[in-house]
Amino acid sequence: MSHSHHLPPVVVGAGPAGVRAACTLVQHGLAPIVIDESPASGGQIYRRQPAGFTRPGAALYGFEAPKATALHQDFDAIQVQVDYRAGSLVWSARPGTLDVWSIAADTSRTLDWSQIIVATGATDRVLPVPGWTLPGVYTLGGAQVALKYQACAVGRRVVFAGSGPLLYLVAYQYAKAGVEVAAVIDNARLADQAASLIDMARQPKTLLKGMYYVAWLQARGIPILRNARLTEVAGQAQVQGVSWQRNGGDGAVNFIACDAVALGYALRSETQLADLLECEFSFDALNRAHLPRRDAAGRASTPGVYLAGDGAGIMGADAAELAGERAALALLADRGIEVSDARTALLDRRLAGLAKWRRGIEAAFPFPADWARSAPDHLVVCRCENITAGELRTVAKDTGASELNRLKALSRVGMGRCQGRMCAAAAAEILAEVVRVPVHQVGRIRAQAPIKPLPMTVRIEDEAP
Amino acid sequence: MSSFIGTDVVIIGGGIVGGSAALALRRKGLQVVLLERDFCGSRSSGINFGGVRRQGRPLSQLPLSQRAHEIWGRLAEHIGIDGEYQRCGHLKLARTEAEMQALVEYERRTQGHGLGLEIIGRNALRQRFAGIGDDVIGGSLCPEDGQANPRLVAPAFARAAQALGAQVFEQSAMRSVAFDGSRFVVETVQGLTIKADAVLNSAGAWSGSLAAQFADGVDMVSRHPSMGVTEPLPFLLPWSLGVEGGNIYCRQVARGNLVFGGGLGHAVDADRARAQSATLLSQFARIAQIVPAFAGASILRTWSGAEGYLPDKLPVMGASRHQAGLFHAFGFAGAGFQIGPAVGEVMAELIADGKAATPIDAFSLQRFPASSLPPERTA
Repeated sequence: MSHSHHLPPVVVGAGPAGVRAACTLVQHGLAPIVIDESPASGGQIYRRQPAGFTRPGAALYGFEAPKATALHQDFDAIQVQVDYRAGSLVWSARPGTLDVWSIAADTSRTLDWSQIIVATGATDRVLPVPGWTLPGVYTLGGAQVALKYQACAVGRRVVFAGSGPLLYLVAYQYAKAGVEVAAVIDNARLADQAASLIDMARQPKTLLKGMYYVAWLQARGIPILRNARLTEVAGQAQVQGVSWQRNGGDGAVNFIACDAVALGYALRSETQLADLLECEFSFDALNRAHLPRRDAAGRASTPGVYLAGDGAGIMGADAAELAGERAALALLADRGIEVSDARTALLDRRLAGLAKWRRGIEAAFPFPADWARSAPDHLVVCRCENITAGELRTVAKDTGASELNRLKALSRVGMGRCQGRMCAAAAAEILAEVVRVPVHQVGRIRAQAPIKPLPMTVRIEDEAP
Repeated sequence: MSSFIGTDVVIIGGGIVGGSAALALRRKGLQVVLLERDFCGSRSSGINFGGVRRQGRPLSQLPLSQRAHEIWGRLAEHIGIDGEYQRCGHLKLARTEAEMQALVEYERRTQGHGLGLEIIGRNALRQRFAGIGDDVIGGSLCPEDGQANPRLVAPAFARAAQALGAQVFEQSAMRSVAFDGSRFVVETVQGLTIKADAVLNSAGAWSGSLAAQFADGVDMVSRHPSMGVTEPLPFLLPWSLGVEGGNIYCRQVARGNLVFGGGLGHAVDADRARAQSATLLSQFARIAQIVPAFAGASILRTWSGAEGYLPDKLPVMGASRHQAGLFHAFGFAGAGFQIGPAVGEVMAELIADGKAATPIDAFSLQRFPASSLPPERTA
């Protein structure tokens, strides 16, 4: 690419991918603009505490504390060289421009770009269960953020349920922080986890940490219920307990009293910005999601757009750091700036190794493909608009809707405050079940600005300083 | 895969015009094939503001609009759902004396057309709705105008036609159309061939190329409204609101969300459009001006579509100038939703009976000088 780049590169997101991208750009003499919704860098995983909070890094980040500290320090060290816009949300975008809402000032400004690294991260993938809208039900990631950010627990006696690596990690973190963990209910079978050991052993430290969390919990007598799932969160105005049963068992339902639940089925990528930037998407079977396409270096289909980190497919924080650097090197090369071939090759090798490990993780914590079949009609799928699984089934059958945007238009699913970020994965599973097609065929909800709700008090910012 | 269908009428475009024409043609006993390249009612018919409004239309449209008003009044009989239609009233606001004069003048000119307009002054307006902004000096209320949910209404016309035996093909784009001397031959990209005695061109903003192929080319441009919706809010706004001049309009649905528009979005490509950020931010200030209580709400979503505009902002409705059996209904200039159901019925009358029961002379292609046509070939 040889077109002139008179504009500084833009990095959206200051988590592991965005920070490493920014550092790499600065090392090569550029002064990027870094836009991040949070008040401080670190992303979700290495989220920093508010001012005045004093829990030590080892308590906040556990085994990951050295990585968190390094990321924070490295980003702090380049503050002079970057135009860092914390507390700012990219709420709309198109090729060539971004609209950025400065949250505290409540102003919006248009920012022109020629090269942009999209490092927008992920949220929990939620598969609802009856009762999940009760106060006291959190996602795994949300429960972790409450603890990490402000040292708050979501309850006194908490059940952790779902699947994915976060399940045991967050349960462990809660138990270490002194919260009673009532049980860990893991949808996966121990056999799945054993069978995936070969791939997971590519990251032996990560594997050992995972085994350590499980062993630590077991040693304290915390029930770990594998191959099992929640059937209901019970309570009147507040969580009072959960019902669960074994997958494929005799159907016997068990009850555990608790005052909070943290649930999630791994993570889902935040892809709205890539969508508004006109990036092409394709279905990714590993993530069971439509994702913006990228080459091995992170280049998207839209010229000048680079994708890094969990926002373009879940690979975890270590891979995000590598991918952020790799995308920045691609951006630099496309700008005509010389980069180290050896470093590029090393990053590519490491990322390829992590990709194999990632497949192992998926095998260890498989998506519950029968979830839609087991979802009762009264289950609320879209909590913003209070749309049940039964309503979705009825609308799909009555209207012949076979595509997710069509189902949205006819049923309101995904039309509320979350704009489908929380409910679309589940709605797609329900629709695929009704239409009897593989889930990729029902498509994905198209992104529409604003990426997150935008108050009408926002005014256009005056001339740039 | 290829297959063949013979029919009386093939309709190109499954929006509210094509869908209601298909329904009316089936009621007249004609065989109908409806082709929609996307999903029926998923484009401008389904993503428009949802105002069901006669007030503000040019006089030439009022007979058609009154006919549509009757259809809307019995909507569930036609399409099987209420479509969230309600006759909440449409209040058009004035913010200057000149705007107020324009409202008064419109009321005077439309007397006898059945709109029942009521001019409301500054104080009376505040007695009826205390939430109105200080800059508003009065308004004109059309009590039986209202609002509906276009997402639900527009697809339902095609579904109702299908239930009466119309053959509806969605995600079926037309590849070619020709007249073979006795019948039209329409081929779709998907390999379907349809032979029909008549063709109705109701492809909205994309109608121009078919028209041009039969020497009915017109100077139509696409515009893209910039639409948005807020989170659900406490119910407050009794009417669907517009302003003289049209730079902001909004309605609050029963669920509480405020739907709004005014100003233009932008085209992404030939098929897609999006709201425009600068337009959206200007809409915020205008909403705050007319209903200050909404100023602190958050918006959840924006969207746009493509609407066809002719130079005089009137639609084209009627027979081709040159090709017997070809009929056009397009170019509704962003105001086709309310009259759409009547347009479908009128087009069905033209096709089946050779004449319309409602005057539509003002919308004839003949109003455009032939010299303005681009060079073209006849089929």
